[in-house]
Amino acid sequence: MTARPASPGAGNGRVLLQRRRRYGDTVFRAAMLTAAGLVVVVLAAMAVFLVTQSLPALRHYGPLSFLGSDRWAPSDATPAGTSPNPYGIVQFIYGTVLTSVIGLLIAVPMSVGIGLFITGIAPAWLRRPLSYVVDLLAAIPSVVFGFWGIFALIPALQPVVSFLTGTLGKIPVIGGVFAGPFFGLSYFTAGIILAIMVLPIVTALCREIFATTPADEKEAALALGMTRWEMLRTAVLPRSRAGIIGASILGLGRAFGETIAVTMVIGNNVLSITKSIFSTGATMASVIANEFTEATEPFHLDSLFVVAMWLLIISLIVNVAGKLAVRRIRGDLA
Amino acid sequence: MATSMLRRHPGQQQPGYSPSAARRTRDRVMTIVLAVVVAIAVAVLVWVLAYVAAQGFKYLSPAFFTHTPPGNPASYGGGYANGIVGSLIIVGIAALISVPVGIAAAVAIIEYGGRLAAAASFITDVLVGVPTIVTGAFIYALWVIHFGFSGLAGSIALALVMLPLVIRATAEMLRLVPVHLREASAALGVSRARTIVSVVLPTASSGIITGVFLAVARAMGETAPLLLTALGDQQFMQVHPTQRMSTLSLQIFTDAISGFQAAQARAWAGALTLIIIVSLFAISARLISRRATITRS
Repeated sequence: MTARPASPGAGNGRVLLQRRRRYGDTVFRAAMLTAAGLVVVVLAAMAVFLVTQSLPALRHYGPLSFLGSDRWAPSDATPAGTSPNPYGIVQFIYGTVLTSVIGLLIAVPMSVGIGLFITGIAPAWLRRPLSYVVDLLAAIPSVVFGFWGIFALIPALQPVVSFLTGTLGKIPVIGGVFAGPFFGLSYFTAGIILAIMVLPIVTALCREIFATTPADEKEAALALGMTRWEMLRTAVLPRSRAGIIGASILGLGRAFGETIAVTMVIGNNVLSITKSIFSTGATMASVIANEFTEATEPFHLDSLFVVAMWLLIISLIVNVAGKLAVRRIRGDLA
Repeated sequence: MATSMLRRHPGQQQPGYSPSAARRTRDRVMTIVLAVVVAIAVAVLVWVLAYVAAQGFKYLSPAFFTHTPPGNPASYGGGYANGIVGSLIIVGIAALISVPVGIAAAVAIIEYGGRLAAAASFITDVLVGVPTIVTGAFIYALWVIHFGFSGLAGSIALALVMLPLVIRATAEMLRLVPVHLREASAALGVSRARTIVSVVLPTASSGIITGVFLAVARAMGETAPLLLTALGDQQFMQVHPTQRMSTLSLQIFTDAISGFQAAQARAWAGALTLIIIVSLFAISARLISRRATITRS
């Protein structure tokens, strides 16, 4: 068994040992590569199974009819009727994108600020604890954020939102986007929760990106008489721009897929796109979580698989794009 | 640091050698702005933790860990014993599936290479980005349609959630194992497989365990994929993985949106319990990585 070197006299034994070892090596290598193969198979199987499950609905209504309507009304579905498709999903795509964009508009500037503070301003002894505290936000489970969102965040948002509806909501043309009334469950609430949830990921990436700024350049900036903020703005930020974009895209991918917390605070209005960010809506992930186990209407479950398929496609595109962007930056600097 | 030295330099008073008052003010203002942003993030964390703790401790008692919820969700009493047991069983089985496969895949990626390993490496990155609700829908189509809702289906879904995390953590550690260790082992006539099992993996072990613990912490908090697979069993203790099974996260979700105050009180205690369990794993991960023989940076 053990790889003890054979003594010179033990010719046969040595050959045997080598053969056994080579055999063991081959088996081991095959086992490891099988595991790697399994990873590849998982993604392929995921795509195949989601398409297979959604096929009945795609066939019945036509693959593109789902993208032609923003009304999801399973009770309108009949076994025979094909048009109009009662399972429009545009409002879910809208909800997913809108909540994620609200989340990122809040999270990205904050993450950049926190990253700059931790890498450029905080004293050395404070850097590690601060990074750790921000990372801790990522350890809080989604369902807890949702629960906290309903009972702590929404009451705290009430005065902020009534201020916004009273000011921005009065502006003509864009006012409708900020129109009341606000009952708590809304795109906006979901967006804030998403901001909190993507903050640690984007911050961690920003920190990593800012840390790659060469010390010479920072010192050169300071030697030119720049203040610390001018140094951060001229030496650190410009070279990190592409990295920040990559980090934001990865955050977007994360926000797209977030399910439970969003389901709990968005209100699950599946019937149409609502213009105001303070009204209820639904996302692709939330409608699946909400209706999956109670899908009894004709083609209901199949149509939820259509939503899952689109969610997979969209989040894969976003994640691969983000990964390539971040990897390119890392490659440039390595 | 360099800035403060410049500022304290006597030459600062001479024009042309120091930033103008306006620039210094701007510097100070921006420093304060950034500090406020950090303070907001910390405040949100404290707010969430304090709120959950305040609500949770109101109801948390030893009985919470030993009793199942009452038949009527509107009545007080009872606890989440079934959910806690369910979480441990489901995540335990998920770890049993994902850890060996994940470590093996990482070994293939780092130690053996080749086209398949490269593909696996890329797909691992892609899998991290798959929404967990989609993973749940996939396992529903693959497993639940044929065998029904079960704890095992939940375990398979969570194993898929954990797999890319385990692979990435392991691969990252294997990359840090010095080449000379592998060469020394090969020079002693030790086979490739034996070198990996007895030299490379033990050297990287603390880092791998850290990664596994973080993946377990992540899986513990997952709810979405379990809704579509384990489904939950609100009232009864279920230890057999072929049956519908509740988890802590599922019970919190159902009770949180139930509208019953008694159920919500239990959900807060459950949320506190969940946070404590997740942090235990996250903190042990940190402690283990601190004692690592090889570390990042």
